[in-house]
Amino acid sequence: MKSLLIKGGYIIDPGRNFEGKKDLLIVGDRIVWIGEGIPPQPPYIVIPASGLIVCPGLIDLHCHLREPGYEEKETIATGTRAAAAGGFTTVCCMPNTNPPLDNSATINYVLKKAEREGVVRVLPIACLTKGGRGEELVEMMELSQAGAVAFSDDAHPLKNSRILRRALEYSLMANKPIFKHCEDTQLSNDGVMNEGWVSLRLGLKGIPNAAEEVAVFRDIALAQLTGARIHLLHLSTAGSVELVRRAKEKGIPITAEVTPHHLTLTEEAVLGYNTLAKVNPPLRTMKDVKALIEGLKEGVIDAIATDHAPHQDIDKMVEFEYAPFGISGLETALASLLDLVYKGEIDLMTLLSKLTSQPAKIIGRESSLKEGSIADITIFDPKEEWVVEKEKLFSKGKNTPLIGKKLVGKVMATLVRGEIVYQDAKLKLEVR
Amino acid sequence: MKPKTEIKEATIWRHRHILDLDDFTKDELELIFSTTDGMKDILLREIKMVPALRGKRIVTLFYEPSTRTRSSFELAAKSLSADVISITASTSSIAKGESLIDTIKTLESLGADAIIIRHPSAGAPYLAAQYSKKSIINAGDGWHAHPTQALLDLYTIKEAKGRIEGLKIVIVGDIIHSRVARSNIWGLSLMGNQVVLCGPPTLLPPSFLRAYPWVKGETVLENALEGADVVMPLRIQWERHQGGFIPSLREYIQLYQINKQRLSLCKPDVIILHPGPVNEGVEISQELSYSPHSLIQAQVRNGVAVRMALLYLLCGGQR
Repeated sequence: MKSLLIKGGYIIDPGRNFEGKKDLLIVGDRIVWIGEGIPPQPPYIVIPASGLIVCPGLIDLHCHLREPGYEEKETIATGTRAAAAGGFTTVCCMPNTNPPLDNSATINYVLKKAEREGVVRVLPIACLTKGGRGEELVEMMELSQAGAVAFSDDAHPLKNSRILRRALEYSLMANKPIFKHCEDTQLSNDGVMNEGWVSLRLGLKGIPNAAEEVAVFRDIALAQLTGARIHLLHLSTAGSVELVRRAKEKGIPITAEVTPHHLTLTEEAVLGYNTLAKVNPPLRTMKDVKALIEGLKEGVIDAIATDHAPHQDIDKMVEFEYAPFGISGLETALASLLDLVYKGEIDLMTLLSKLTSQPAKIIGRESSLKEGSIADITIFDPKEEWVVEKEKLFSKGKNTPLIGKKLVGKVMATLVRGEIVYQDAKLKLEVR
Repeated sequence: MKPKTEIKEATIWRHRHILDLDDFTKDELELIFSTTDGMKDILLREIKMVPALRGKRIVTLFYEPSTRTRSSFELAAKSLSADVISITASTSSIAKGESLIDTIKTLESLGADAIIIRHPSAGAPYLAAQYSKKSIINAGDGWHAHPTQALLDLYTIKEAKGRIEGLKIVIVGDIIHSRVARSNIWGLSLMGNQVVLCGPPTLLPPSFLRAYPWVKGETVLENALEGADVVMPLRIQWERHQGGFIPSLREYIQLYQINKQRLSLCKPDVIILHPGPVNEGVEISQELSYSPHSLIQAQVRNGVAVRMALLYLLCGGQR
């Protein structure tokens, strides 16, 4: 059995609220020793981690791998490579594929493909209703047994409150969270960006904050009514944060996530009709960004998830109105979030908890670096500067407004079950 | 008839495209106006042509229907001796799904020196400009901008009043969906005029005034019209009723139609402009459409001259 020693790194483990300089020894797929000084059982391969941060593998609760059906935009193979490059060891993929993940056959397809061609763990999320059409419930128990970790209406927000109520009640039996996309489509009404001064000047149809908040309010009320666990996807407004805050004060079983782009960009990124900044929910105002960061710090928002939504270049090289929504985010997530740490907005331990222990809790998993745990580990250099270049991205989706931007903080190595699934060219392994 | 003014050489022109007036300086607008003066003289001649753009190829690419704007551009280009072809999206391979970028590249490979584009989607000309190696002129993109219309509106006002600064201009109607309103806000403000917008809160929401904080807004037409030098009613569309923006045309007419009585609140020499086409009896009362206050036909005449000036400044001579 091969051994891997991560030497000299600074461990940050939100799961045990521990941070400090320690070495880690991995044998096979497990961490067998965490300590200082001379580790047991040579020979081993050494990952020199001096100056680097070592943390549990990042978990992404929300991404789109596009397979089956939209393989031109991304595949499980390319998407998981992008995840690995971004430091993610587990990704939960959304069911708006073609065919959609609303039956055990398609769930099995994704799991098998991921096993054969994926490089990180892929946990499928199943549709909430058949075909995402919002009319009939899916066979939640069967899907749960087949491996679905949650159920979601992402991209097809469930309009019918009565059907949503039934779905929530039924889900109690499956004991899986409902990942809810909050949007009142009558209010968003074909809008293409945030409703505000930018949309008014650019002459583009706007999506008002209320379109999200109306749905958040309804979903919270139904969570209260049924006792089911709702996880609110990609919150984007100050109003939504306030609604979740009050819900949690009342003890309603709500969790919430926010994307890296909603924490770091505003509607002004759209100026010039930049389709790379076209996303749903849209980028909003500084006021919303600040409220989301506050919510994150307070724990009102539990997790950060990328909503990685890859598209081909040609899909986005059209008139703004016709461009699909979506930002490709797996590879830039950590670095763009570290900027918040450098600006003093949030501390690193809290930030990493939103990407590790907190999302793990939501899907009922473990996330920590303990002797005996499975070696899903992320190693990153918090100081490394790099420029986001299209050609270097592993994802087929180059659609990020960060192309050409300089970021600080780079993943140096990602390990899944003790295997190195991503290694930066600058990282040189040693053999002892 | 001899031309009274010469066409000045473009000395300060720095635009490769004409996308919207928010990108222009006061000097540049003055240059456009003085160039237009020269072009107007040409249009008064028996043979309304000069060879300034001979050998140049102008293409109009219209994704939306148009009478005025398209013919105006075609005639402007022809008056400068350019070759013109007109493409209508519905009868071109755009109907087969050809993308905007491919269309622009194809037309330029065919030899187009300037493409005049009208498109229902805001921002389309900006996308075209990104991939164009020649010149793009925006003839209207969705709700966003219609720079050449605003320029001919400004020119018409200047011609009638002798100046285009220090005036009070009132724009009435479906502001939020109007590219004419937006471009006029930029042009008129740049030249130093007071713009007042007027309409019901669904068509002129408070948020709109926050996007252009130097502009005034009014819900009551009579209040807006006090002492106005220029009134510009916009076309109200039937779709606005269907979208719930107005309860009925009947109520809209009661509250917002420009009629003789309301006009008396303005300055005695007030002029009426309209981008056209006019809904007779809706935004303007029938009696006013052809009154001496209305300069609607002067706008159309000036439109050709303004577009000649723009084509000349973009494509004629050195750059």
